Amino acid sequence: MGASRLPVKNLIRRPGRTAALVLLTAFLALSVFGGSVVVRSLQSGLDSLQARLGADIVVLPGSARSKVDFQQLLLQGTAGAFYMDADALEKVNEVEGVAHAAPQTFLASLKADCCAVKVQVIGIDPEADFTVRPWIEKSYARTLSDMDLAVGCKVTANVGESLKIYDQNCHVVAKLAETGTGLDTAVYCDMATMKKLLAAAEAKGVSHKLESGNSDVISAIYVKVKNGYDIDQVMAKLNSHVRKTAAVRARSLFTGAADSLAGISRTVALLAGAVWVLAFVILLIAFAMMIAERRREFAVLRLLGTSQRGLSGLILAETALCSLAGSVLGVGVAAMLIFPFTALIESKLNLPYLTPGAGTILALAIATVAVTVLIGALASLYAARRLSRTDPGTTLREGA
Amino acid sequence: MLRAENLSKRYFRKSGEANHFFAVKGASLELRGGEVAVLMGRSGSGKTTLLHMLSGLLTPTEGKVWLGETDLYAMNDQALSRLRNQKLGVIPQGRSAIDTLTVLENILLPGQLAGGAGDREAAERWMDALGISGLADARPAELSGGELRRMAIARALAQEPAVILADEPTGDLDDENTARVLSVFQGAAKKEGKAVLLVSHDSEAARYADAVYRMDGGNIEKYSLPL
Repeated sequence: MGASRLPVKNLIRRPGRTAALVLLTAFLALSVFGGSVVVRSLQSGLDSLQARLGADIVVLPGSARSKVDFQQLLLQGTAGAFYMDADALEKVNEVEGVAHAAPQTFLASLKADCCAVKVQVIGIDPEADFTVRPWIEKSYARTLSDMDLAVGCKVTANVGESLKIYDQNCHVVAKLAETGTGLDTAVYCDMATMKKLLAAAEAKGVSHKLESGNSDVISAIYVKVKNGYDIDQVMAKLNSHVRKTAAVRARSLFTGAADSLAGISRTVALLAGAVWVLAFVILLIAFAMMIAERRREFAVLRLLGTSQRGLSGLILAETALCSLAGSVLGVGVAAMLIFPFTALIESKLNLPYLTPGAGTILALAIATVAVTVLIGALASLYAARRLSRTDPGTTLREGA
Repeated sequence: MLRAENLSKRYFRKSGEANHFFAVKGASLELRGGEVAVLMGRSGSGKTTLLHMLSGLLTPTEGKVWLGETDLYAMNDQALSRLRNQKLGVIPQGRSAIDTLTVLENILLPGQLAGGAGDREAAERWMDALGISGLADARPAELSGGELRRMAIARALAQEPAVILADEPTGDLDDENTARVLSVFQGAAKKEGKAVLLVSHDSEAARYADAVYRMDGGNIEKYSLPL
């Protein structure tokens, strides 16, 4: 056995003490890694949703419910439908400062083959659309044609399968990438298909007609403002020019979610900060106790010719091995607790939740392990430094 | 070989500098190669404090310790530690085993701390001489007090130091093992030219001594032989 293996022998041959230190660091690493992943997932979810919407302004029907329904659709995937006259699109395009205007029409299925709950069907105009189309193009290079559907990643229908909506056979041609938002449970079709589905729904008693009796309807208009124009001014013009609609800034749709996210992030960051401070204090106490308990052993090592630096190295090696094992265990347990239960966490938080990519998770895991080992090292070096203030001869006398 | 010049160690009581006391006062002695010196005295007379200062483990308040031409306390910690590892075999009072290592691993440890593998042959020779050769794989928790003392002695001797400083080496031993241990120290001095200092209450140790010192109240006095 070389002296370099002494720390390993000390850890293996004192399994109780080693297990206590490993479990302590594992708990701390679990809290920090778990908290970081949840906060990053919430942030990614909201970023993804904002990117997906891609509009400066959204024009919705003037009713008070439509904005709430629209938010619920985006954030939680709650199926809903609200309508306004399709002529609104023409009026929106007339407003100065509007660069692009893309209509969407919503329909909630009664019950689809794919899902136990209602599915949100969204009709888009592939020619005018600038929000959903780039997303669809990542999975499907062609344009959606008659009775074609592009489905969100959480819809349990695969490409090539048929999906029956209001007894109409639709073909799934694309499965879209995850956004972590309510849009993951929606299906997309072109406006021609939507018109057929609206008619089929009407036949089953689900009416989309306006009070005026007009059945040529849309649900929302996404507006991109020309460069150099003030978004608030364009929005004000839309509100005065297009009757029976309400133009809202896209960003304001997420204000509530962003506030909730900021609140959750603050809470988690505070908790994580408290855990780190607590971790440092607990590790300091734990390592100080461990070193105090072993003062005589360390004095004997000094007596046998170990220098102060060498002794600090031995103590550091032991605590680093403990911290490394504990932090890897903690990160592993956190991963097992978080990743299989993403859907549950999302539904409980009621916010967009998009797990970061493998690279980010790996970086978070490495950072957690590195910081945990660093804290363990600092705590043990502090304790070792205190130990070095006493002559080994004094320690040997006290403990004799 | 090992020389102490006017060594003192002052301790302060908690109540302040006015209330200090000297554990050792102006002690001088010389240990020569090939000789066994015995340091006797009552409990609290300063024997262990003096031994720790001679070992480079306790910085004296005043005075110097020389090993040959080297002033121990003028060295930096790294160099002093290396010197202690290679030239001084120190046997402290009480338990000094590393509990996570076996007896043999404990004895090889100083050699390994020096960067080698430890001299297994020397370790086995000293274990045999001290009557603990059957305990190589035992853990310290399985050993009696006397066996632990002999393990500590074997560990100090296995590094083949020039000077051996032993604090109550026969404290936990029966008569038979006391005689065995004292003979081993005498052999190390006479056959291998080592300088040996034994701190002991045991008058039996004086029978093996070439020089006897007595401490009282921190002061050291050399006795003429035979006592």
